[in-house]
Amino acid sequence: MKVIHPTTIDEALAASSPDSQYLAGGTDLMVEVNFGHRRPDDVVALRRIDELRTWEGRRIGAGVTWREIERRGPTGLAEAARTVGSPQIRNAGTIGGNVATASPAGDGLPFLAAVDARIELRSRGGSRILGWSEFFLGVKKTALDPGELVAAVHLPEDLPARQAFGKVGARNAMVIATVCCVVTRDDDGSTRVALGSVAPTTIRARQAEEMMSSIADPSEVDLDEFARLVSSEVRPITDHRSTAEYRRHAAGVLARRLLERCIR
Amino acid sequence: MGASTLRPDGIAKLKGLFEYAQDLQAENMLWGATVRSPHPRARIVSIDVAPALAVGGVHAVLTADDVPGRATFGLEHPDQPVLAGTEVNYWGEPVAIVAAEDEDTARRAASAVVVEYEVREPVIDPEQADRNDEVFRRMRINRGDQSVSGEVVVEGYYEVGMQDQAPLGTEAGLAIPDGHGGVDLYATSQFVHVDQEQVVASLGLRPEQVRSHPAGVGGAFGAREDVNLHIHLCLLALHTGQPVKMVYHRSESFTGHVHRHPARMWYRHEADREGRLVRVEAKVLLDGGAYASTTAAVLANACYFAVGPYNCASVSVVGIGSRTNNPPCGAMRGFGAVQVCFAHESQMDKLARALDMDPIELRRRNVLTEGSPLATTGQPIQTPMPIHEILDSLVSMPLPDVSEATDLLSLPGGTGLTTDREHVVRGVGYAIGIKNLGFSEGFDDYAQARVRLTDEGAIVETAAIEVGQGLVTVLAQIARTALGVSRAEVRHVDTSQIDSAGSTSASRQTQISGGATLQAATRLRERILHDYDADELDDDGVWRGETLVASMGALVTRDWQETVTFRHPRTEGPDENGQGTIHADFALAGHRAVVDVDPELGLVRVVRIDTAQDVGKALNPQSVRGQIEGGIMQGVGLAVMEELIVNDGIIRNPNFTDYLLPTILDAPDVEALLIEQDGSWGPFGAKGVGEPPTISSTAAVAAAIRNATGRSIDRVPVRPQDIAIA
Amino acid sequence: MIVSFVVNGQDVTARVMAPTSLLDVLRDELGLPGSKSACEQGECGSCSVILDGALVCSCLVMAGDAEGSSVITVEGVGESGVHPVQKAMHRAGAVQCGFCTPGIVVAAADLFENNPHPSTAEIKEALAGNICRCTGYGAIVRAFESLAAESR
Repeated sequence: MKVIHPTTIDEALAASSPDSQYLAGGTDLMVEVNFGHRRPDDVVALRRIDELRTWEGRRIGAGVTWREIERRGPTGLAEAARTVGSPQIRNAGTIGGNVATASPAGDGLPFLAAVDARIELRSRGGSRILGWSEFFLGVKKTALDPGELVAAVHLPEDLPARQAFGKVGARNAMVIATVCCVVTRDDDGSTRVALGSVAPTTIRARQAEEMMSSIADPSEVDLDEFARLVSSEVRPITDHRSTAEYRRHAAGVLARRLLERCIR
Repeated sequence: MGASTLRPDGIAKLKGLFEYAQDLQAENMLWGATVRSPHPRARIVSIDVAPALAVGGVHAVLTADDVPGRATFGLEHPDQPVLAGTEVNYWGEPVAIVAAEDEDTARRAASAVVVEYEVREPVIDPEQADRNDEVFRRMRINRGDQSVSGEVVVEGYYEVGMQDQAPLGTEAGLAIPDGHGGVDLYATSQFVHVDQEQVVASLGLRPEQVRSHPAGVGGAFGAREDVNLHIHLCLLALHTGQPVKMVYHRSESFTGHVHRHPARMWYRHEADREGRLVRVEAKVLLDGGAYASTTAAVLANACYFAVGPYNCASVSVVGIGSRTNNPPCGAMRGFGAVQVCFAHESQMDKLARALDMDPIELRRRNVLTEGSPLATTGQPIQTPMPIHEILDSLVSMPLPDVSEATDLLSLPGGTGLTTDREHVVRGVGYAIGIKNLGFSEGFDDYAQARVRLTDEGAIVETAAIEVGQGLVTVLAQIARTALGVSRAEVRHVDTSQIDSAGSTSASRQTQISGGATLQAATRLRERILHDYDADELDDDGVWRGETLVASMGALVTRDWQETVTFRHPRTEGPDENGQGTIHADFALAGHRAVVDVDPELGLVRVVRIDTAQDVGKALNPQSVRGQIEGGIMQGVGLAVMEELIVNDGIIRNPNFTDYLLPTILDAPDVEALLIEQDGSWGPFGAKGVGEPPTISSTAAVAAAIRNATGRSIDRVPVRPQDIAIA
Repeated sequence: MIVSFVVNGQDVTARVMAPTSLLDVLRDELGLPGSKSACEQGECGSCSVILDGALVCSCLVMAGDAEGSSVITVEGVGESGVHPVQKAMHRAGAVQCGFCTPGIVVAAADLFENNPHPSTAEIKEALAGNICRCTGYGAIVRAFESLAAESR
């Protein structure tokens, strides 16, 4: 059993091997370990790498915790951060971890999708930047190559003027989203809608976006149509947490309310 | 008495110094692990333990063949195999056990055991089981003229999902062989004597060879009445000759203990035009799962309280406790009364709507009073029944203002930001319930306690289990009060040193162990006073008038002790119509729930619960409030979020991510009124308080959601889709 | 591998053979069983500790990753005395079975360290990661409301 504690990204990359496991906040990996599903004995711990924790302008280091994002992130992302797990989870969990784990229910992911964030990756071969939709490939599947790590998340320079986040769950804290959603709206009316827990990856409701972006002053009828389009674009499943029918319904309701919040 | 004395183990618990069963250590200790069935029903073709024995550090791998005594165990009927040998009947049923040098090795070895199964089709429908006559018990209650009918009739079908006790402390224990073929067991429990009996039977030992010691328990709520790891630990300890410890992880804990019975209930209420109940018919079907546990008693209780705290001269109740391949169900706080209360209170509200009558007024016209016969069994109720006081209090407690605050912690959805004030509708609902106290149906329900007077003050010796409810506090209060000294302490002793205190369940310990303690302390005081021809005993010693006859120092050079076995009033089993003096005592509680609902999303925030509870005498008001607030939280959990999802016999959410327990952000404000009326046989008139808070709190929340949304709300827990999707 | 870190102000070392959690090492190797294991997945807060100044679930910290870190467990809160948070809980009757209590003590100590007069909403949000099954949270909230009101 060995745990390496590099202090730079280069050291981390050099220390990694096909059998090694990166460890950031531990909020996903340690659950697997505790349940006996994973048993890494070669671990590269990322917690001490200052470069991963830096946050400059729109570049958020992968090691930045949800706690920090709750305090200084842009509205839509900060609101999402506030719902991640519990205070204990937020102190340890990182945005890079959320990205690398790529759960369909990841709380931070709809915001990244809504603003077309890009993911910066580092490997021994250098660095590359992928658009979010190139990075997230399926349920817990990403474009990460073996040994590659998430270095940072890049938000665009200009963020939408209005951002709203919402997460539906059956309890008021510490809940996996039944549906989560981010809606953004710019002064020119351009509207983005991203949803989680309603498809294998986070999705953008493109038809709903297109429809609403061309309407400067939506009426009730427009808002109803917007909700209907969002509902039609999601591909939820039925599982032990909820039904596909409810998720579809809730997605439309939530997206509509978030849009109304943006417009008000 | 009546003082909110602070609990004696509080500081230790606060400093992390209190020793729970999971914290126990012994020299040369091995760790145990359990091999469990991945199928809800299968024939066991073969078990190959060789691969597990081959794992380094493994000391033993045991199967059914290694059980020397009785092959089965069970609280009411010993029908459950200690280890499955020929077949498994529920997902997670234990098949083999392992002892190894450390926990990790034990678990790895457990996964190395190869069991070949021939999978069979599980019986998962309790109605199908009923049709196949695969039942643990059938009940029939008939009282009064069965041919009467009422002008106004309401019918309903109701369901309650499977709740889990989910105590934070999981199953844990340590068994230490004594080197002479016997064993000392320290394990999480609610009833050490009954654990000891089952260990003795399955290990084929003499009773004096097994000593079960009360250990620190992190909550119970019914999960600990049945044996789970007790026999396994003792088997491993005696087989290896070393102490063996076992701690269930959370998901294993979900399979390792019994759950609340899921229920299906069909009801018909008939009343006259003035709202007086004429006849109630009910059919109650409980899914008992694979083994008997306490299904027979839970079913009986459900049937006995099927009508609720109301008068009715014509009653017919049919009860079925089915056997299926679903996870075994047994005791959980409320013990059958919770499920039927949801049904009967829903029915009363339905009846009120049919009569266009205020639901509280309808209840007033029908409630039981002291002296009334219980509608089901005909038993005359000989304890105060302050129902009108409860109803009066609930309606007069101020309702919270509809908050103008947009503070998201006060809205459904909380930090999820799903809901604005304009999306919210408020609802209010009422429910009342009745619960028996103590064990019933002729069970010889008693507790033994011993009180000693020593240089450390009064010592109360008992095997009664403290699960957090505050028994250690109140027994010491009783001893201090009855003896007249200022220092008293409860010491837990094992099964070889004292007779049974009975189970910590049925809201019985304060009354029964408290009753034993009160009598023992009282008699001890009388004996001391008599012996010294004195009239007062206090910390300084014994007095005759102004004269100190003997100092405390002199007094305690003698061995002063008194042991009392206290029994509650006799009860009897039901006759063929379910009639008889079935119960020892009754308590009532009423709840009013205020909820805010977001009907479009189906999200619910329980804003406030007001309650009035019949407590007899609050020996420790702070402890009583603690039980009320905790019980209400479990009732709220059952109403809106707690359910074990079982599909094809397999629990789909055996973890805290998906079995949702209420957090602090889900807790309603609670205002509790304690109604004290003299008349119960408990010490100083006290009644048990643990279960009544769970009986009608769920029903009140359901009624409030119904009031807010107009939805029928026929099942609990209420899920968002039950409200949002037509 | 050997891991060295500081627990409650004391230097400690532990031998770690596997990706064991900090919680298991505290309980099984370091004689500090105050932190409790109740869910193995950070959903209940019973294992809460302060790691390098931040409140975390020790069941989610790999022991090997605690190298060189500073850890405060419930045994270190109030040191040899009684911390105001512990006193407040005791007085309010906020302890029943006590299994959640160590986690709440640590979380509350952390809260009051950073915010001596939290509002009720702040108290609740700070304890949202600590599950209690016995008390219904009423006495816990009252305990900390009264502590927050002290010396205001």
